[in-house]
Amino acid sequence: MQVYYFTEQPYYPAWNSHSGSLRVNLPNSVADPKTAGDLFHRYYDEWKIADELGYNIMVNEHHQTATCMSSTVIVGLSVLARETKKARILVLGYPIGHRPDPLRCAEELATIDVISRGRLDMGFIKGVPYEFPASNQNPVAVMDRFWEAHDFILKAMTSHDAPFNWEGEFFHYRQVNVWPRPVQQPHPPVWTTTGNKSQARLLGEKGYVMATLGSGYATRPLYDAYRAGYLAKWKRPAPADRVAYLGLVAVAEDETEARRRGELVAGYLRSSAIVHVPFRNPPGFLTVDDNARMLRGQSAPRSFTKDGRAVNMHHGSVQDLIDAGILFCGTPDQVTRQILDFTEYCGGMGNLLMMGHAGFLSHEDTVSNLTMFSQDVMPRLKAYKQPVPEATAA
Amino acid sequence: MPDTITSMVVNGVTIEAIDKGRENANARPILFLHPGIGIDAVAPVLALLAKGGRVIAPSHPGFGTSQIPKGMTTVDDVAYFYLDLLDQLDLRDVLVVGVGLGGWIAAEIATKNSARLSRLVMANAVGVKIGDRETRDIVDIWALMPEEFDRLAWFDPKVGAHDYKSLPEAESLSAARNREATARLCWSPYMHNPKLKGRLHRIKLPTLFLWGMADRILSEQYGRAYCGLIAGAKFEPIEKAGHFPHIEQPEEFARRVLAFADAPAAQAAPRARRA
Repeated sequence: MQVYYFTEQPYYPAWNSHSGSLRVNLPNSVADPKTAGDLFHRYYDEWKIADELGYNIMVNEHHQTATCMSSTVIVGLSVLARETKKARILVLGYPIGHRPDPLRCAEELATIDVISRGRLDMGFIKGVPYEFPASNQNPVAVMDRFWEAHDFILKAMTSHDAPFNWEGEFFHYRQVNVWPRPVQQPHPPVWTTTGNKSQARLLGEKGYVMATLGSGYATRPLYDAYRAGYLAKWKRPAPADRVAYLGLVAVAEDETEARRRGELVAGYLRSSAIVHVPFRNPPGFLTVDDNARMLRGQSAPRSFTKDGRAVNMHHGSVQDLIDAGILFCGTPDQVTRQILDFTEYCGGMGNLLMMGHAGFLSHEDTVSNLTMFSQDVMPRLKAYKQPVPEATAA
Repeated sequence: MPDTITSMVVNGVTIEAIDKGRENANARPILFLHPGIGIDAVAPVLALLAKGGRVIAPSHPGFGTSQIPKGMTTVDDVAYFYLDLLDQLDLRDVLVVGVGLGGWIAAEIATKNSARLSRLVMANAVGVKIGDRETRDIVDIWALMPEEFDRLAWFDPKVGAHDYKSLPEAESLSAARNREATARLCWSPYMHNPKLKGRLHRIKLPTLFLWGMADRILSEQYGRAYCGLIAGAKFEPIEKAGHFPHIEQPEEFARRVLAFADAPAAQAAPRARRA
């Protein structure tokens, strides 16, 4: 199992001074640029430490928000491409359906792959609902735009002999010729996220790495849909490294300290949904059927414990989050067991995206969390033999 | 009155439409173009307008149960769709009445081809940019809580308040489709076509702007400026109505539309020269 260390690079000092919304419409006057600079340097220092401790790294972006200061993944990737030496650098993700210019995306990512000496993992995402009011991208049919941008970026990265022409529904170019081309051939690995089974099957057919977040003990059906698509297309079982899971992690010598850290890391979940209500569901983001069900007041819970109890990811207690496989928290032995239990349930899972810092967790606690995990948990995860999915009860 | 709901196929696209009064072969055709919230077959305004002609009130492509073809993404596309519909039904001397988004569609139709049209009524219409680039002419409806929208859009917010939870499935699906289709057409540029202002001089039809004066999604100033862009267009306020005057004041709305339709041409539109 590979482990990617991730933080959202929050501007947590603003978390307690908002009036109902941490995203989109929280005025930027509440963030001090000097403090923001200090935090950025701290987060990059922690990623450097993670690199030295044997982690891979994951970066992301959100917009107009105190939950995540990174507003373009390209800045983070650029810094890390040179500041780190061994880690693979995963962007999860790049909201390519929002970007006006996928040629620019292809050029940026190819250059980062070259500078990092082939360490880039390229995650493309739709983006959360709150990104649409910020980018002004129409949420209706954004996935059509996403897939055209995806097709274009891959073609731009894999065309080497002559400029090519592109006149699509959304994007138009006449002389596409990306310099320099990426070092990983034919292109850096593609990752993406989903929460629905038909998309999961499609991703299996494409063979991309599929990540889920917060799905806990409701993850297996998504992975199984992925595996079915993979098997149908590739005529062999999907390797465990084709799926990834984002889990929060808090580890410490003793359980009391681990729970204290767990509470702070869970601050990510508690803060992430604090958004002015109309921005939570822009028109067209969900399907018409889902929106009609919501209008009728029917919305299904997303997160479940192993024994089928629904858990609210944003308000659940630390114990709820542990039971739901959303937070891995405890002593190194406990955390190892929680992760491996979860992996068995999944029928295999080859990439743990570890949110090892969030919110008010201090630098010292973060480094301690990372160090202890790398010494006492990661070796056991690396040595772990992934189950064969067919051999595990779903 | 389900017998008045029909479906028609235009260019391979099936849409639903309310058709009232077609039994009278000589009736004046009235094309009613609904706002973003869609159209209700039992809306009193349709029956009142039907006293003065044959009312055809389609659900726009993507709204209600009407299909939307791939590639139809702008009000411009919808306007061409309605020109095809008028050709297909071979309607002549059509009175086009549009509210809100429907008013914008009406203006786009009239700038492209008014050969089949007689007169134009635009009520609380969106569609043009009036203020400077930093002035938001039209309230961002997708940044509002539902109760805020009701407060700004209606003279009496209680008229707009819906208990969606008790809606039958079909109605909740229509409401969800209406919301999505409005965004498809109006998300950006927000609720307007930057090209339309420069094309409005092509409208030579007698034109009436009706304006629900309690509308706070749009301002009266916006309505008067828009009206001023169409040569000879008249502006008539409707009191005790907001963004949807056809719902809040259906009698007054229908009375003014039909009076305008019946007025002699010169009176309906003094032919002003373009400024």
